[in-house]
Amino acid sequence: MRYDTLVIGAGFSGLAAGIRAAMFGRRVLVLERHYLWGGLNSFYKRKGRLFDTGLHALTNCGLRGAKGTPLGRLLRQLRIHPDQLQLLPQGYSELRLADLCLRFSNDPELWLENVTRAFRKQADRFLELHRTVGSLDIDRIEDPAASARAKVEAQLGDPELADVVLMAPTFYGSAREGDIDWDQFVMLYRAIFHDGLAQPEGGVRPLLQLFLNRLAECGGELRRKAGVERLLVRDGRVYGVRLEDGEEIEAEHVLSSAGWVETMGLLGPELGAAHLRPEDRATMTILETISVLDRPPKDIPGPNPLAAATVFFADEQRFAYGAPKDLCSATHGVLSVPSNFAAPASGPTAEPTLRATLMAHPEAWHTLPPERYGDEKQRWSERALDLVARLYGDPRPYEVYRDVFTPRTITKYTGHDRGAIYGSPTKHRGGATPFAGLYLIGADQGMAGIVGAGLSGATIVNLHVLNSEVA
Amino acid sequence: MTRDEIAIAIKDIISQIAPDEDLGNLDPKVRLRDQIELDSMDFLDIVMELRKLYGVQVPEADYKELATLEGCANYLEAHLADKELHCASNA
Ligand SMILES: Cc1cc2nc3c(=O)[nH]c(=O)nc-3n(C[C@H](O)[C@H](O)[C@H](O)COP(=O)(O)OP(=O)(O)OC[C@H]3O[C@@H](n4cnc5c(N)ncnc54)[C@H](O)[C@@H]3O)c2cc1C
Repeated sequence: MRYDTLVIGAGFSGLAAGIRAAMFGRRVLVLERHYLWGGLNSFYKRKGRLFDTGLHALTNCGLRGAKGTPLGRLLRQLRIHPDQLQLLPQGYSELRLADLCLRFSNDPELWLENVTRAFRKQADRFLELHRTVGSLDIDRIEDPAASARAKVEAQLGDPELADVVLMAPTFYGSAREGDIDWDQFVMLYRAIFHDGLAQPEGGVRPLLQLFLNRLAECGGELRRKAGVERLLVRDGRVYGVRLEDGEEIEAEHVLSSAGWVETMGLLGPELGAAHLRPEDRATMTILETISVLDRPPKDIPGPNPLAAATVFFADEQRFAYGAPKDLCSATHGVLSVPSNFAAPASGPTAEPTLRATLMAHPEAWHTLPPERYGDEKQRWSERALDLVARLYGDPRPYEVYRDVFTPRTITKYTGHDRGAIYGSPTKHRGGATPFAGLYLIGADQGMAGIVGAGLSGATIVNLHVLNSEVA
Repeated sequence: MTRDEIAIAIKDIISQIAPDEDLGNLDPKVRLRDQIELDSMDFLDIVMELRKLYGVQVPEADYKELATLEGCANYLEAHLADKELHCASNA
C-alpha cells in the first residue's frame, strides 16, 4: 500500500495537513494512536457526561469577524465556510496580577482603557506597542525566537506592565520558562487582544467534526488505533512507517505532529538519538480540574461574581512563569467558564462548568507512586479551588461532579513527552528535519493553539508537499 | 474558454477560497487585492486551483499578471483557449 502523504496524529495540525494535501488530489492517510481524534483538544465521556479536553477559547473571533485573522486564513485554506462555525463570543475576560484586575473583551477598546488607566505614565508606550504588534506582517516576523520579554520590557520601560502584556499570550502558548518567543507573542497577543475570544457552539466536538467531514470529502483517510511505532529510513530518507501491529506503510512524505523529541524517538536509538538534546525536552505542562456545577459560576456567592469567560491570574507580585518546584504551583494559572460566553441561539445549554488550570511539574507527576497519585490529584485540585474561592467564591458547595487531569493523563492520551502541552522550547519553524521526506507540524513547528496548529499543518503541506505544484 | 468565461472561472475559484467575500461588483481593471481581502496564501491557492482544474501551470514570475480580472483574461487566454469552463464548486 503506497500513499503520497502520511500524517502522524489526528489533532488539529494533523487533520488540517491531511485535508490540505487531499484537497489537491494527494493520497493521504492520517494515523492516530488513540481511538478518538483531536489530540490535546479532544473529548471523553465520564459517568454519562461528555467533557472536552483543551479548548478554553478559540482566538481571532472579534468584532470584525474572522476575516483577515489567522482563523480566517485557516478556514480559507481548508475551504471551510465561516458560517459552518457557530461562534459564541465572550462577554469579557479578566487578567489578575497581584492586586490588579484588568478586563478585556472582543472590543479592544476595553483593554486599552483598562491598561492605560492602571499604568498612566506608560500609556503612550503601551499604546504604541499595542499598535505595532497589530501591524506587523505575521508571515515575516523578524527575529522570531528572540525573547519577547526583553523586547516588551524595552518598549514599555516597566517590568510590571510587561508582565501584564505578556501574561495571557504566555499562558496560551509558551513552551519557554519565564518568557515567550517573539513571534508567538505577536501572534497570540493579537489573537487575544486585537481579535478576541469565542467558544464554538457545542465545544470542541462540532469543530473537530467539521475537520473530519472535510477530510473525508477530500478523499483523505483516517485510521484510528493506529499508533506509529517506527519511522522507516533508507539512505537518510524517511519512506514510511511501521505501525504498532507490525504493518508497514510507505509514502512520499511523512508529516509528524507527535513533537520533535517524540518524532526523533520514532527513528530509533541509532538515528534519532543524535538529534535529541536534553534542552529540547518540554518543561511546561498543566493540571486541570473541571467542576460541573448546579448553577452558573457567576451565581456563586463570594467576593466577586465570576462572570469572566477566562481569567488569567497570577497571585504573586511578579508573574513567574516556569515549571513549579512542587507538583504544581497554585500561584498562577487560568480559569475557564464556558457559560460566560454568549448563550447558543438554539439547542441545549450545557451544564455549567468551571475549569481551573495550574502549571504542573513536567516529571514529578509521572514518577509518583500509584498510591499517592490519586491523593495528589485531589490535593492540587483543592488548592486550585481554594484560589477560586478566595477570588470569586467557593464553587465546591454547588459541585455535582469533578474530574481532574494531570501531565500523566496528557501523556497517556497524546503521547507527548512529559505530558507537555506546548511542546519543546526549541521550535523548528521551517518544519524540516534532518531526514528527507520527514516534516514536523503542530506545536514544535512553532505555532500555538488550535488555530496555530491548523495553520501549521496547512503551511507545512504547502511548503513541502504541494510546493512542486506551484513552483 | 472565452475571456468572459475566464473571468467567471476565476471568480468561481475565488468564491471557493473566500466564500465570505462579495464578488458581485468586481471591477476587472482594479487589483483584486484592493477590492476584496485576498492575502498571499489565498493568491497561491488561485494558482493551485487553476492547475488542479485546468492544468495550467503559472510560474511564480508571472503571478503579477494575475493581479486583476482583466490581467487574468489577458494572461490565461492562450492557455485556456481549448479548455472548457467548469466550476470548482461542482468539480
Ligand atoms: C487543557 C488545554 C487547554 C487548551 N486550551 C486551548 C484554547 O483554549 N485555545 C487554543 O487555541 N488552544 C488550546 N490548547 C492548545 C491546543 O490544544 C494545542 O495547541 C493543539 O491542540 C495542538 O494540536 P496538534 O495537532 O499540534 O497536537 P496534538 O493535539 O497533540 O495532536 C497530536 C496527535 O498525535 C497523536 N500521536 C502522537 N504520537 C503518535 C504516534 N506515534 N502514532 C500515532 N499517533 C500519534 C496523538 O495521539 C495526538 O492525537 C489547550 C491545550 C490544553 C491541553
